[in-house]
Amino acid sequence: MIEIDQVYKAFGAQSVLNGVALRVDAGETVAILGRSGSGKSVLLKCLVGLLRPDRGTIRIDGQEVTALSAAQLDQLRRQIGYVFQNAALYDSMTVEENLAFHLTRHQSMAPDRLRQIIYEKLQTVGVEVALHKYPSELSGGMQKRVGIARALVLDPKIILYDEPTSGLDPITSREIEDLMIELKKRMGVTSLVITHSLQSARRISDRIAVLYQGQIVAFGRFDEIAQSEHPFVQEYLAAVNLEG
Amino acid sequence: MRNWLEQIGQFMLFIGQFFRSLLRRPLDGLETLRQTHEIGSKSLLLVGISGLSIGMVLAMQTSSTLARFGGRGLLPSMIAVAVLREIGPIITALVVSGRVGAGIAAQLGSMRVTEQIDAMEVAALYPFGYLVRTRILACLIALPILTIYADFLALMGGYVIMFFQQNISLKLYFSSAIRFIDLQTVLPAVAKTAIFGFIIGSIATFTGYYTRHGTRGVGQSAMIAVVLSSLFVIVADVLLVKLTLILFG
Repeated sequence: MIEIDQVYKAFGAQSVLNGVALRVDAGETVAILGRSGSGKSVLLKCLVGLLRPDRGTIRIDGQEVTALSAAQLDQLRRQIGYVFQNAALYDSMTVEENLAFHLTRHQSMAPDRLRQIIYEKLQTVGVEVALHKYPSELSGGMQKRVGIARALVLDPKIILYDEPTSGLDPITSREIEDLMIELKKRMGVTSLVITHSLQSARRISDRIAVLYQGQIVAFGRFDEIAQSEHPFVQEYLAAVNLEG
Repeated sequence: MRNWLEQIGQFMLFIGQFFRSLLRRPLDGLETLRQTHEIGSKSLLLVGISGLSIGMVLAMQTSSTLARFGGRGLLPSMIAVAVLREIGPIITALVVSGRVGAGIAAQLGSMRVTEQIDAMEVAALYPFGYLVRTRILACLIALPILTIYADFLALMGGYVIMFFQQNISLKLYFSSAIRFIDLQTVLPAVAKTAIFGFIIGSIATFTGYYTRHGTRGVGQSAMIAVVLSSLFVIVADVLLVKLTLILFG
């Protein structure tokens, strides 16, 4: 379970998060919706300790993230898979080495077992053909899939997705969304998804949180969000309707 | 000014983190060896050509001057002392800071801006150990080896000139060259190159590891790494020569 309570974060004079409060139950998928630059990725980075909030508390499975020692934080991070916006694959390693690096750095493993796990994870996301390729040889969609496979390699309890479908064509975006839904069904993981696509948020998540000016201004199921009277939510919905 | 002070403070913390990392597992011995090989193989040709050329130039420039004072026979010794004590270490360090320092800073910088380092961090893979510690240690190991290689080629360069000028044999040249060479000449010089390696490695990894502002930042990091490491190598050389003179006379 993830509990975010009154989290503030500023960079110099620029205030990014202004008292964000959010709760994600175990096994639930919550999408955080907001405009570009609204602080969605900053919030995700605060969750895994890449950034430290100025104020507020973040609890993951009861552990207060900002109060953990470096060793405890590492222990917690092993239970979290993080899918980066641009996949962030290690470009000097093949796909196989990308996954193997995460596995072997935490535990020693027989080569056959290692290969088996890697193959299984790549098969789960449908990119086993890319095993010996370098990230630069893959399409954007395949890179995202490999990024998801790498996040899954340590069997995390929580997966954080940072704009998993941004920059992809509609068909590939839908395939990635289907994959995320499938993973949730199969593994029962808790997921937090950053997106600026309402359609995507509606498909993949149980609940949606709308982030505006560093605060969650609406939180609930899609139909609850649709009835929100907050001007930004109304504007967002209107913009989506115009596009549709 | 405040920004500079912050940078210096951050660099000091970075160095402290490096020394603490020496005790933390995994030790990444294989990766350190791979980086040492990478640095060596990247620099071998440049360092070799520089060493050979410097030895030849030194012989050509000084032979006529020494001949004027009847000291032509001292030329091999003079080349050996100059190369081993000073020219070999400093030329090697400057070549490596340009070739390898820029490479390390650019590589780590590009990993930073494409979030590859963050990806390691959030997976608890200890990127500082894997990326920074290994490269600093590799520079520290590779510099003395490269310097010995450059010294040897510089001496050979000097021999080539003397062979054509005086038809001197290789045996006589080397026996004459090592006449004034003792451990007090060689050891401080080798120790000095290890310090140069540490300076190059730590500055290059620091500028790369904390790169910001996208691809423009990567280019800047590489440039700053070369400028600062070259500058600090030269300044450190002055201090280390003074220290050597105080300790060994």
